Amino acid sequence: MAKIKVYSTPTCPYCRLAKNFLKEKGVDFEDVDVSVDRKAAEEMIQKSGQMGVPQIEINEKIIVGFDKGAIERELGK
Amino acid sequence: MYDLIIVGAGPAGITAAVYSARKKMKTLVITKNIGGYASLSSTVENYIGYQFISGLELVKKFEEHLKSFDIEIKENTEVLCVRKLNNHLRVETDKGEYECLTAIVATGREPRILGVPGEIKFRNRGVTYCATCDAPLFAGKDVAVIGGGNSAMDAAIQLMSIANKIYLINIDDDLAGDEVMIEKIKKSDKVEILNNAKTKEISGNKFVNNIKIQVNKSAERILDVQGVFIEIGSMPVKGPGCGVNTNEKDEIIVNQRCETDIPGLFAAGDVTDVPEKQIIVAAGQGAIASLSAFKYISKNIFDA
Repeated sequence: MAKIKVYSTPTCPYCRLAKNFLKEKGVDFEDVDVSVDRKAAEEMIQKSGQMGVPQIEINEKIIVGFDKGAIERELGK
Repeated sequence: MYDLIIVGAGPAGITAAVYSARKKMKTLVITKNIGGYASLSSTVENYIGYQFISGLELVKKFEEHLKSFDIEIKENTEVLCVRKLNNHLRVETDKGEYECLTAIVATGREPRILGVPGEIKFRNRGVTYCATCDAPLFAGKDVAVIGGGNSAMDAAIQLMSIANKIYLINIDDDLAGDEVMIEKIKKSDKVEILNNAKTKEISGNKFVNNIKIQVNKSAERILDVQGVFIEIGSMPVKGPGCGVNTNEKDEIIVNQRCETDIPGLFAAGDVTDVPEKQIIVAAGQGAIASLSAFKYISKNIFDA
């Protein structure tokens, strides 16, 4: 099973869409709230070089934004 | 050959699809995502039948309704152009081409871009169009909000409790919007309002470092900021209706039957020049467009 992390903020609709999508797929993920966890926010920005949520980390690959196709491709690997 | 191809799956596109399914038209829905802008509304209190529902939940209901029919849907697909051929249309996408007798453009709207150097390069590297999403990432930083309307003020207000300093870069003489918000902004010692200010450039290295602005006709000024929130309204996603007649706001011109100037091509919802951009209006137009497409096919004989 792939290790999945979702970097999100509570107010962001795309984050909710992404998390709902993963739930529907029945995959487990760790939800990291970068609005409270500043260290995680820095880590996310360092890893991807991008400042925007959601970012979904699957098998150490980071997908920026809610991109269903990219998530499915990465899950399918 | 499809009877109907619907481009976009927001309230207009989904309603059009439900109507065409009930008319047994061979239908294909091509869309980037399901729900569109509507799913971003935090609460919807004026869609009949629901006194109070979130945009996300309402879209979920739309999607369930859509998927209760056997309709072919291609998601994650961008339509580049709907082209008129002799007596049918060709829908060109980033993943292939499809032919149809009729098509409905229901692509809605997207955040308006500023169009200055650096904007695209630094997107998600300090430049953002979603304050609700990304504001928390700018804790303790200096930021600029571009815009002077309600959405810009809303972004500035959200940032008050997060950022260190907020420049509100407004191209007009004064802020325009709800008095309550204007008052809140003017009272805050964190917000500096710059009226008659034009944003010229966004610069940085890996991330945004500063923006160049010009107030009135005075010399250009550099503001050191790490974040740029662009909140200058929305624009129609009219790309697929290439060559179709639009008004001065780039909205596709439709008549009461949701017909465009191209025979067989219809448009519905926020991408059109319909006077009110509302979920329920978009849904209503979706229904009209679908029924118009059905009538168009019934009236015309094709050698498909």
